[in-house]
Amino acid sequence: MEPMNSPEKTNHYSLPLWKNILAFWVLIGFLVLLAWALNRTQEPSIQVGDQVPLFTLYSYDGQPLVNTGDLEGKVIVVNFWASWCTPCADEAEDLEQAWQNYEPGGQVVFLGVNWADTEKEARAYLDQYEISYLNGPDLRTAISQMFRTTGVPETYIIDQNGRLAYVEKGPFQSLTEIQVVIDGILTQ
Amino acid sequence: MLSLTNVVSAQTPTPRSVTDDEVNVVARDLYCPVCENIPLDVCGTKACAQWRELIREKLALGWDEKAIQDYFALNYGDRVLSEPPREGLNWLVYILPPVIILAGAALVWKVLRGGRKTASANPGPSPAVQQDQYTEQIEAELRRRQKQG
Repeated sequence: MEPMNSPEKTNHYSLPLWKNILAFWVLIGFLVLLAWALNRTQEPSIQVGDQVPLFTLYSYDGQPLVNTGDLEGKVIVVNFWASWCTPCADEAEDLEQAWQNYEPGGQVVFLGVNWADTEKEARAYLDQYEISYLNGPDLRTAISQMFRTTGVPETYIIDQNGRLAYVEKGPFQSLTEIQVVIDGILTQ
Repeated sequence: MLSLTNVVSAQTPTPRSVTDDEVNVVARDLYCPVCENIPLDVCGTKACAQWRELIREKLALGWDEKAIQDYFALNYGDRVLSEPPREGLNWLVYILPPVIILAGAALVWKVLRGGRKTASANPGPSPAVQQDQYTEQIEAELRRRQKQG
């Protein structure tokens, strides 16, 4: 038997070549942009042993207090805190005591980075715990984003060579714990 | 001393009382980094309460909503805003979706229109007609075989 007469017809519709090329490049551009954005958000946090990028801590008045580039050769203790954070208050006195112990030696610098806080309450907190080391707001959350912090309190200790030497997520439990960590880095 | 006080009070706006509703109008378009995806007006944390109080203080000083949003963005980053500011690469967020939707709609429309034109230019037999032709051919074949047999 002969094959049936097929009435099927394909309605073929095609765009002009230049439109296809344009659409192709728009799609490629969009995918590149998407990949760039994804890559940016997926960048790993600074790991122990990594070189820590330089950053500037500003005062509540917006004036630069210190740039870590000026602290070359010193151990830098970067503590993220907030006035509304109860565990931060638990370690505040120990951190201040540790700072007072290390300050005369000149080998260690403490920096307090006030995260997602309001100035009035932050200043009251600093007064309450008589904190004397440099403190300032995390303007535009630039410093916390650089370290990719997950909350407060968190403490990052940078060694004399500018490499991240230690990370404490959560509060230090005692003054001794803080000093053991810093002494260990100083003697490396 | 009195005149100095008068001068100061003339230069500094007297803080006015601000209602919770006024605070919430500004707060609902802000997000704190502590509790992500929860607007400031309904966020129950202490951090958010402090931020709402900050909004109240700024409103009392005569700041408008835009100025307060700018202050928060400057201090806490753009991610506290409910909408990314319309600048730089952020424009892509606003421009790309409608452009893609419009381009897609235009493409679909053109394809459909082109298809309809082709179809109307070459009207093929309907499925019912096809079926009839097929049945007729089978019946004709059966009749032929019956005659032969």
